[in-house]
Amino acid sequence: MQFQLSDPVDTPEIIWAGLAPVLALAAGAVLLIMFRSIVKRMPDDLNATATAALGPVTVLGMWVVGGLVGNDVPLAGLRDDIGEPLFYVALFAVLVLSTAFVRSLEIGFDAAFTVGVGLISFVATVELWTDSFRFVGPSGDDVLLGIGPQGGPIAAFGTQYGVDGFALVFGGVIALAVALTALLLDNYLRREGIDGVEMYVLLMLSAAGGVLMVGANDLIVLFLALETLSIAVYVMAAMHSRRAESLEAGLKYFVLGAFSSAFLLYGIAMVYGATGSLNLVEIRDYLDQVVIADNAMLLAGFAFLLVGFGFKVAAVPFHSWTPDVYQGAPTPVVAFMASAVKAAGFAALLRVFYLTFLDYRADWQPAIYALAVATLLVGAILAVVQRDAKRMLAYSSISHAGFILVGVQAATDRGVAAVVFYAAAYTFMVVGSFGVLSIVSGRGDRGTSLDDLDGLGGRNPMLAFALTLFLFAQAGVPLTTGFVAKFEIIGAAVDARSFWLAVVAMISAVISAFLYLRIVLSMYLGTADDDAKEPISVHPTAALAVGVALALTIGFGLVPGPIDQLANEAILALAG
Amino acid sequence: MIGAIEVSTEWYLVLSAVLFSIGAVGLLIRRNPLVMFMCVELMLNAVNVTFVAMGTELNDVGGQIAVFFVLVVAAVEVVVGLALVVAINRRRLGASADDISVLRG
Repeated sequence: MQFQLSDPVDTPEIIWAGLAPVLALAAGAVLLIMFRSIVKRMPDDLNATATAALGPVTVLGMWVVGGLVGNDVPLAGLRDDIGEPLFYVALFAVLVLSTAFVRSLEIGFDAAFTVGVGLISFVATVELWTDSFRFVGPSGDDVLLGIGPQGGPIAAFGTQYGVDGFALVFGGVIALAVALTALLLDNYLRREGIDGVEMYVLLMLSAAGGVLMVGANDLIVLFLALETLSIAVYVMAAMHSRRAESLEAGLKYFVLGAFSSAFLLYGIAMVYGATGSLNLVEIRDYLDQVVIADNAMLLAGFAFLLVGFGFKVAAVPFHSWTPDVYQGAPTPVVAFMASAVKAAGFAALLRVFYLTFLDYRADWQPAIYALAVATLLVGAILAVVQRDAKRMLAYSSISHAGFILVGVQAATDRGVAAVVFYAAAYTFMVVGSFGVLSIVSGRGDRGTSLDDLDGLGGRNPMLAFALTLFLFAQAGVPLTTGFVAKFEIIGAAVDARSFWLAVVAMISAVISAFLYLRIVLSMYLGTADDDAKEPISVHPTAALAVGVALALTIGFGLVPGPIDQLANEAILALAG
Repeated sequence: MIGAIEVSTEWYLVLSAVLFSIGAVGLLIRRNPLVMFMCVELMLNAVNVTFVAMGTELNDVGGQIAVFFVLVVAAVEVVVGLALVVAINRRRLGASADDISVLRG
């Protein structure tokens, strides 16, 4: 059979503004590795100056990128700003302040660069959100971004990549996770004596894949983005190549990750065979119009896709890699895995199942129901019997994945909003928790067992207090984001009439609460043998990361309105 | 008569499923990381057979184009996987999955 290209292939219209968050991360990674391959090492004073200069450069970058992305006419906002005299005063103040701030952090050049790139990507995301979803351009019809007067999703690359509210919220969360992880990594790499820029480059590349993945409207784009995200993280897990644990974690993650990717790909192939398209928009339209008589292929496709995603988000029974990898990998990398990688996995899961296969929810909801029950219970119960804090948090992250699956199972807009809230809230809790563990565990990540945490309340009250708050947030204690997130998820489950699932989720929360209390008790009541333990040195960068995560966790716990509104406006939509 | 049998799309799908199963089972039971990587390759290429068969059946180039991307991803995975094996061997952990078991619960 011959293929005939009777119609010339359409060149997709590329809307660069919509791609800005991805491009910022990818370009940052490329620039950093290019710079470091030319300039291996800078003299100390030059290094300090260059690092301090990154503060104002980041601020300027945020301003320029925000202006380019956010305005209907490119650079119009920049021209307006430049006309104002007050602008120069503000600019001067910001430049001086940001320089002083970066200097006071004692941060390395590569880490500062990565934090800057993460912030620029975040600003691009915020600008896209405010421009496309909240405001209408002054002319009323915004032709540049190809969106209607009421705002809405942008088809940024033909129909392959859709920038909708959902993708933007997850993209913003991933960008912030990059900045926080880079701060933690700075402390970690210095302590472990690991030279080289690879970790930061991989972090940015991985995040670029993640941001691409949450907006992928095409199964092949989704697969490629997932691989970009994962392969970089495999290497990051194995980066501490002098530690056998780190290499082992990398290899285990790699083998099971590749295994799950193959399953996901087989699922994609089957969905393609059943529907005749790889594009989610076309698949949805096809399933709307056509009733497939013999849909065995489609259902097999669902099953394989679910296995693939199940591995990525660590749902039981596909969770077996999680404890080993979380225990062995460098702790800041684990923070990134548990936050950004997991969030991206859930975003893709919702995009494929909720958005595209909604008509077939009777077929996939029971499977997700079963996964959710198993994940909630196994994660919580196995967490209780662990002796290592990192392993414990790994199992607890499995039970958190179960909670998010409860929201997915609801398959309603409320469920999606709850998932968005939970994923965003969990990102900062888990980055904070692993951040504290990374500081506490000391050289070589040795001190991660529960005994090592004994008496932390006496040795370093601030860190112990921070970890306590993060653990309370994970347990769902009121006045933290964790409470609101669990409340929203259970509300969505009840709303969707999945009462038993809601009950299981609550039981899991109770079991988990026991485990978090156990860590807290050992920190405060444990008999500390103070002299035997190394003093804990808290580098300002790591303290900043933990502080920001704590502020977000407690702040939005006290005032959940803004994130709640964000989550409710982050409705999934297909652009194109 | 053998020559009269027409090879339809289903044959390719069955071939693909068989190859995929061999890969999946091999990955689970073999202990040598190199063989495990080969099994991953086998799984990915089994999916390629499905893509091509389906693309031909549907008369759509999408399936054929997907194969190129899958090939690239497979190559990238091997690069990373082999690098990991080299790093592990440098530490003399041994190249069998059973030797690599510092982490356990």
